[in-house]
Amino acid sequence: MLALQILIDGFAISALYGLGAVGFTLMFGVCGVLNLAHGGIMVIAGLVGWWAAANYGAGPYGGAAIGTLAGLLAAYVTYFVVVRPIQRSRTIPRAEEEIFLLTGTLLWGIMIQVGSDYVFSNNPVTMRAMIPGVMHIAGVRTPRNEVLIGIVCWAAIGLLTLLVNRTRLGKQLLAASINPRGLTLLGFELSRIYLVVWTIYGLLAGLAGVLLASFIGVSSANAGALTASAFTIVILGGLGSVPGSLIAAYVVGYAETITAYLVAPTLRPIPALLILVVVIYVRPQGLLGRR
Amino acid sequence: MRHRWVVRAGAGAALALALGLGGGTAPARAAGPGPIKIGVIAEESAIVGQSISQGAQLAAADINAHGGVNGRKIEIIVYDDHSSAADAVRAFQRAAEQDHVKAVVTTFISEVALAVEPWAARLHMPTITPAAASDLISKQVHDNYARFKYMFEGWLTAPDLALAVCDSSHDLFVKQLHMKTAVIMSEDADWTKPLDDGMKTCLPKAGLKVLDEIRFNPDTTDFTPIYNKIEALHPDVIETGIAHVGVQPTVQWHDQQVPIVLGGISAQATNPTFWKDTNGAANGVVTQTGTVAGLAITPETLPVAAEFVKKYGHFPAFTGFTAYDAVRALAGAMQRAHSTNPDKIVAQMEKTDMAGTLGHYGFYGRKSPYTHALRYGTDWVSSVFMQWQNGKQVCIWPAKLCPNKMVFPSFVKSVHLAAK
Repeated sequence: MLALQILIDGFAISALYGLGAVGFTLMFGVCGVLNLAHGGIMVIAGLVGWWAAANYGAGPYGGAAIGTLAGLLAAYVTYFVVVRPIQRSRTIPRAEEEIFLLTGTLLWGIMIQVGSDYVFSNNPVTMRAMIPGVMHIAGVRTPRNEVLIGIVCWAAIGLLTLLVNRTRLGKQLLAASINPRGLTLLGFELSRIYLVVWTIYGLLAGLAGVLLASFIGVSSANAGALTASAFTIVILGGLGSVPGSLIAAYVVGYAETITAYLVAPTLRPIPALLILVVVIYVRPQGLLGRR
Repeated sequence: MRHRWVVRAGAGAALALALGLGGGTAPARAAGPGPIKIGVIAEESAIVGQSISQGAQLAAADINAHGGVNGRKIEIIVYDDHSSAADAVRAFQRAAEQDHVKAVVTTFISEVALAVEPWAARLHMPTITPAAASDLISKQVHDNYARFKYMFEGWLTAPDLALAVCDSSHDLFVKQLHMKTAVIMSEDADWTKPLDDGMKTCLPKAGLKVLDEIRFNPDTTDFTPIYNKIEALHPDVIETGIAHVGVQPTVQWHDQQVPIVLGGISAQATNPTFWKDTNGAANGVVTQTGTVAGLAITPETLPVAAEFVKKYGHFPAFTGFTAYDAVRALAGAMQRAHSTNPDKIVAQMEKTDMAGTLGHYGFYGRKSPYTHALRYGTDWVSSVFMQWQNGKQVCIWPAKLCPNKMVFPSFVKSVHLAAK
């Protein structure tokens, strides 16, 4: 019974972690950008979705849609205001571009956090469950919304996999991640591909933000922790590897859930940090990392 | 190799984010020579913190409208500490040394109040916390009076909060609902240690056997494992001790339909915005609080609440009232002392005996182990218990103030099981 409980509970939370992390890792794989404003973008999506639903009667689905769009918009702003100017700057040496991007997105993430502190206060909020009520899975009382979240996460991840592996656009993305220069020599516009990646990323992060808000709630104070959690998962899985991130999301999700159930709820965040430290020492390229 | 380095730099940055680094302090206004200045240090982006500065400013406006303190006006200077002990100490030093405030009202976080306390002692600054509940704050005053006498607690300490939980639980859960068992569920923080100890002692006397005590990390976001563990013990009521968390455990209690009454102290549930924050999941939650809208605990309560709503557009968190009373107590002490000398202010603060907004307001004396903490009791401040009922905070205890009945959502089956 307890094992089943851990299995079900860990599944939903891990799916959510996975959804939050795949966009993050795709972004690094294709564009070479480690977006440290990631948590901020998820928080904006959750807060705006809640705000639209609570104050303007958008309903749970309307709120989720508006929140996801807000996440997309925030991703575009991150790209056009923070990332692209750094990538295009002639004064920043190519060799230092990555550290500039890290610093730039880190500062932007702090700005998002302080800004949403100011607008929404740091009070946590939750979005209404899209499907209320509970169901019994082999005797384990599970909120229907939790099941829905698991399904939506996997549907989104499945669509992404289809897009990457089965479409022309996906092949371009893969090519851009392996050899961007080769792609430009073949006449493809890299900046167009980057924009596609930022769009996919924004939608994924936005969706993850609103699902998180309807599952465990969001607050501006979570921004840093959400970035850190995506980062841990992506490092464990291997930077740029989407399947690696999914495996890692489940490793971290279940490590946390098992700790919370069997050891102590107080120690829940500890295993993820331990795993991060161990991975950096023992296998810095991660489980399925290419670099 | 370059990527490996990026990973490490990024990991460092991510850890820094996780630990919540960043931020600074800034005073809200510059100083002028005439008025008596009182510093208010709290977290402005938290609803509880915002109510502190708003309540303090409202009190200053009222005092000034009635002629001020011995002819001098009170001026409030607000500092944002982001609930960080380091920021609060920096703001405290600045308030004392640069802005020359004569007293400080600070924080709702016990850890922050404990960091400020030695500075109140060093800088001889009369300081009162309108919400931090750790008994260590007043214990230090008792154990080393000459040094720490400048510190006051303007809200009930955790042992008294525990008494309030037990007194109300006896009337509400044991007598009305015939309940017999409880589980304590508290966040791991300074204020909940004495709270849990107190509840473990007094709940059995009140008629509730304590089946377990579960403490969890204040960063916890998923409460499913905790609720599962509790449910397996089949208690009638969960007595909470939560302030850093509130929305998440409440929403998950509702979404997962945990069939057990949620009682105790849930500080966030006292916020008037809590219903909206939880999308109504708060329905049925019972918590201790200062007061609720429309309740006249003393003749001061309703007028101050009305003024607050008029000025700020919403009903205050309980800290709006406690900060209001804290500033009034300080101003009263300065008035009686005819001075802003810290030792004279402290001597007069100890004699405080006034009608506060939440009850008869005064502090424990030197003989009490909780020297300078707010007095608890039916003749003093007893606090009230409220329940969220269909979007409203309804007062349910003590009976002489609140004749309302408790109503629980249908999934809370422990109510019916206990009655059988």
